[in-house]
Amino acid sequence: MRTIVLFAVLLLLLQPARGWAQTDEDAIMMSKNNLCVGPMYGHSSWDHYWEGTYHRSNANLGTVTTQMVSVMGIYGITRKLNVMVSAPYIWTNASAGTLHGQHGIQDLSAWVKWEALEQNIGKGDFSVYLLGGASVPLTNYIADYLPLAIGLQSKTLSARLIADYQQGRFFATASGTYTWRSDITIDQNAYYTTSLHLTDQVDMPNVAAEMLRVGYRHTDHLIAEAIVSNMNTLGGFDMRKNDMPFPSNKMNSTMVGAHVKYSIAAVKGLSVDLDGGYTVAGRNVGQSTSFDFGVYYVFHLGKKTSHNTSNQSKTN
Amino acid sequence: MQRIIFSLFIIALAGLTACNKSVVDRTANLAPLNPANEDLNAGTWKTVLLSRPDTFAVAAPVATSNPLYIADLEEIKAYQANLSGDQQAQIKYWSAGGVLRWNEIMLGLVTKYNLPPYQNPDGSYPIPSSTNPFAYPNFPFSNPPYAARAYAYVSAAQYDALVACWHYKTLYNRPAPYQVDSTVKALAGKHSLPSYPSEGAVLAGATAEMMQLLFPDEIANIQQKLAQQELSLIASGAAARSDVTAGEALGRQVADLFIARARADNAGKAVGTPAICAGLVTTAQANSQTPWYSLETPSRPPMLPLFGKVKGFLCDSATIVSLRPGPPPSTSSADMSADVEAAYTTITNATRDQMRIVQFWADGAGTYTPPGHWNAIADGDFINQNFSEVRWARNMALLNMAEMDAAISCWDIKYFYFNPRPTQMNPKIKTLTGIPNFPSYVSGHSMFSAAAATILGHILPSRATAYMSMAQEAANSRVYAGIHYSIDCTVGTTVGQNVGNYAVQRALNDGADQ
Repeated sequence: MRTIVLFAVLLLLLQPARGWAQTDEDAIMMSKNNLCVGPMYGHSSWDHYWEGTYHRSNANLGTVTTQMVSVMGIYGITRKLNVMVSAPYIWTNASAGTLHGQHGIQDLSAWVKWEALEQNIGKGDFSVYLLGGASVPLTNYIADYLPLAIGLQSKTLSARLIADYQQGRFFATASGTYTWRSDITIDQNAYYTTSLHLTDQVDMPNVAAEMLRVGYRHTDHLIAEAIVSNMNTLGGFDMRKNDMPFPSNKMNSTMVGAHVKYSIAAVKGLSVDLDGGYTVAGRNVGQSTSFDFGVYYVFHLGKKTSHNTSNQSKTN
Repeated sequence: MQRIIFSLFIIALAGLTACNKSVVDRTANLAPLNPANEDLNAGTWKTVLLSRPDTFAVAAPVATSNPLYIADLEEIKAYQANLSGDQQAQIKYWSAGGVLRWNEIMLGLVTKYNLPPYQNPDGSYPIPSSTNPFAYPNFPFSNPPYAARAYAYVSAAQYDALVACWHYKTLYNRPAPYQVDSTVKALAGKHSLPSYPSEGAVLAGATAEMMQLLFPDEIANIQQKLAQQELSLIASGAAARSDVTAGEALGRQVADLFIARARADNAGKAVGTPAICAGLVTTAQANSQTPWYSLETPSRPPMLPLFGKVKGFLCDSATIVSLRPGPPPSTSSADMSADVEAAYTTITNATRDQMRIVQFWADGAGTYTPPGHWNAIADGDFINQNFSEVRWARNMALLNMAEMDAAISCWDIKYFYFNPRPTQMNPKIKTLTGIPNFPSYVSGHSMFSAAAATILGHILPSRATAYMSMAQEAANSRVYAGIHYSIDCTVGTTVGQNVGNYAVQRALNDGADQ
């Protein structure tokens, strides 16, 4: 569920995709009246970045580290309709140079996830999910202070399609996401992209993202998967040589990673989540290595019914 | 249930795609400039370099009954019969005022070129060269002193050229095409100002000529702007081809005077040499002071150590020396320790509003610099004043000559004292904006802002208090950012006001307010 914050943090320059876990990116649904909550910690750092397409380090930044703690909740309105909410606290730091780090509460993100289709195909189970997401900044943090800003201040709306096929305990999940981003207001009243703009309003390019996850899934026991993700801003501009980054840069990245979710057998409803990722290609982003760790517990609200023998669906 | 959810999803998608994102510049949709006073006596105003308004001869125009002029009118009518959308947009854009639009173009160029060069593989830094402008690092690196000087040369050249232009306008008194021929439309508004030579074309010629020196990579781009403005002048009915041709030639001739001055004003030597930089260190040490050093990695030579030797427009070299304040606290003194401690306390307790102020006034790498910020402030206020082009140019020249001389004085002071930044004295002091690569005492932002506020307050007395409080905020921003001691800013503000007063003295005696 940490991935709820994916887009909050994903769009943070030099700090791309992280958080691979359920469930805004996967094919897992909470059962009706179940509430999953838990804390997570995320850590991401880089000492190389892409200035446009030029891969470089910067001795005046050293290693840039972003850390995050977040609390997330996922609730099953029905077995086919879930809502998810999260809000992270983020702090940043550069190991070299003089720039002051930033910290604060970032954006509130919410997703509605709907299992639109589920049917058997051959020996396996095919399902399709539609998701709508939104995020809004919770505080007036500085956006134009990259790479140490904690976020970009843009309000976003996202639409996502997920398709999943599971046969036995092996599965593959593919997803595509389109994110609309609102203009932002920055503290400066002029800025340069590929020309001078005499305004404090910044047009933020929209974002397209794709993800493929393949692995082993034994829901309520163990999920282990390999992940490839890609994001592209649709527009935006390249950082110039030796320039600082800007919120409306073209920010592309491709990450590979892995995710493991293990349900603690001794305590029903308790699970731990660990994932890691590495940026293999990018443009105007940091080449980050990230990991995060979360502990989640599922509460059942309301009466127990015979349908709720599992916390989550997708049990083959 | 499914159908409802699906419908909601589709409705949401449709709503999203209808989202209208459009960011528009503050000055994108201005009304045509409509001067309250055409300043018909401006041909007598005191020029900067031009010895006489008729130093460069402009031939008398042919009579409006002459077939050559009739052909000019036919050209206008042909354009007006077939104006494209782009041409109409260009007419609208340029009709807001040539001084304004060329100033905005200058702001854009400074912004584009204001990036410090990337280091060589061996850790040294390449120096942009005007003799090889197309190679990296592109020439120029339009840092604050370079920018202040560039704005000043362009504004002063525009001003002198327009004074000459006004001289010939009143001498020849040729009416505008729409006044000669009632079938010519006045698409950029009607004025009583004589149209020969065209003031817009004078501005285009003077500015384009200056660019050969200041932004040589941009000549093709500037030439395109010039062509757009001149076509707009003609197609709008404001000027005949002959008005434009004479205007551009006059503008270029006047600008050449400024180019000749610029080639000999010492700016070319301002980058200094390794020996000069080493001498600054030993001088400071001989005075028992901790010398400034670069906080960049790899260590970058200090910015333009000899810019204080550049020839100012308002202040001669003796005046620059006389503007020097007393020294900052000795680097080994208790006062200095207290200042460092105060800087640390400020940065560790920065509020969000202080951060906003830091960002608003940062004007660092990749921006139009503090002098550019004050140009943008002046533009914003002048738009509402209905100035004639020549008065607008005069006011921008006063502002930018003050900014250039503030840069000269400030750089003179910085390298005279070679005082370390707070972070050098205490590495725990992190900064909220990039730390400038030159000595601390006195603050450039404070000097630029106080000088600008002083002359702008003279030009628009009703805004004088507001300008001074903006200048104060700009000065404070450098303390909030952790890159200056507060004494750098208080002293810098005082010296900046002193420089600004030289511009005020000029303004009182240039004939424009009589």
